[in-house]
Amino acid sequence: MPHDHHDHDHFHHDGMSPSGHPYRADNDEPLSYWQCMEIAVRELLIEKGHVTPAEIAAQIEAMDARSPANGAAVVARAWTDPAFKARLLADASAASAEMGFDIGGLRLIAVENTGDVHNVIVCTLCSCYPRNLLGLPPDWYKTRAYRARTVKEPRKVLAEFGLELPETTQVRVHDSTADMRYIVLPARPAGTEGMDETALAALVTRDSMIGTGLPKTP
Amino acid sequence: MASPADKVRVKTMMPPGHVRAPAYLRGKIGVIERPLGEFGNPELLAYGHTDGPKKPLYRVRFTMAEIWGDAAETPTDTIDAEIYGHWLEPAP
Repeated sequence: MPHDHHDHDHFHHDGMSPSGHPYRADNDEPLSYWQCMEIAVRELLIEKGHVTPAEIAAQIEAMDARSPANGAAVVARAWTDPAFKARLLADASAASAEMGFDIGGLRLIAVENTGDVHNVIVCTLCSCYPRNLLGLPPDWYKTRAYRARTVKEPRKVLAEFGLELPETTQVRVHDSTADMRYIVLPARPAGTEGMDETALAALVTRDSMIGTGLPKTP
Repeated sequence: MASPADKVRVKTMMPPGHVRAPAYLRGKIGVIERPLGEFGNPELLAYGHTDGPKKPLYRVRFTMAEIWGDAAETPTDTIDAEIYGHWLEPAP
């Protein structure tokens, strides 16, 4: 029985359900100015026949479906196909569009990690992020601490992510200040020589494409 | 138009309103990493002016030593940022 807790003590904290899960407050507060604006514009677009509710729902679903698996597929392709890797480094927007991951009006730049260079992405001004390849940014990416510290003490920040880099590796921080978005092309891990694209993609973590981590090893 | 490896300084101006040249880079000298082409000017776009002239945009590479001086964590590490041409001036 999933809620059969009779064999240990119950700790009921304020705001917790009997099974120990926090309650989420109901959204009973009044709508904000921009929430009213969004509803008004959406309803007008529907009323005037520009879009249907089903199209809006489908678009929200498509946006939510973007995940780091997209970026991992691109990285694994670059690891296995030298011509694709060359196209990715020359024009990452076009190369990722080839695989069906269109970035729309923005431009994507892929930066390659090598034996001597480690790249890490930040947006000090806001939270610019390659959503077409990585989905929504993690909360920490949007914090003032990550944004301010990554340009000042990137090695200390990376060490807190568990990534200690030798002094012989140059750290290149990329601040997404305008129309570009960035993805790190991590180095292919050793010991993966016989692996196919699908198996390689499973090694590519979200953080390895932001630069705050490395791919998993098999 | 600036070319790769040209030395440039980010202007020290502090205009009011929406700008996308980070304050921590103003007055700092870097080199053009690559030109990116022309893009809408965010200083106009932010206020709904979508028909203003486009501005050239560059990726500029700075060393940590240039930005943070003696406080740099590792002086030879670098920061690349996108800076619009009207924020750059030639540096000696």
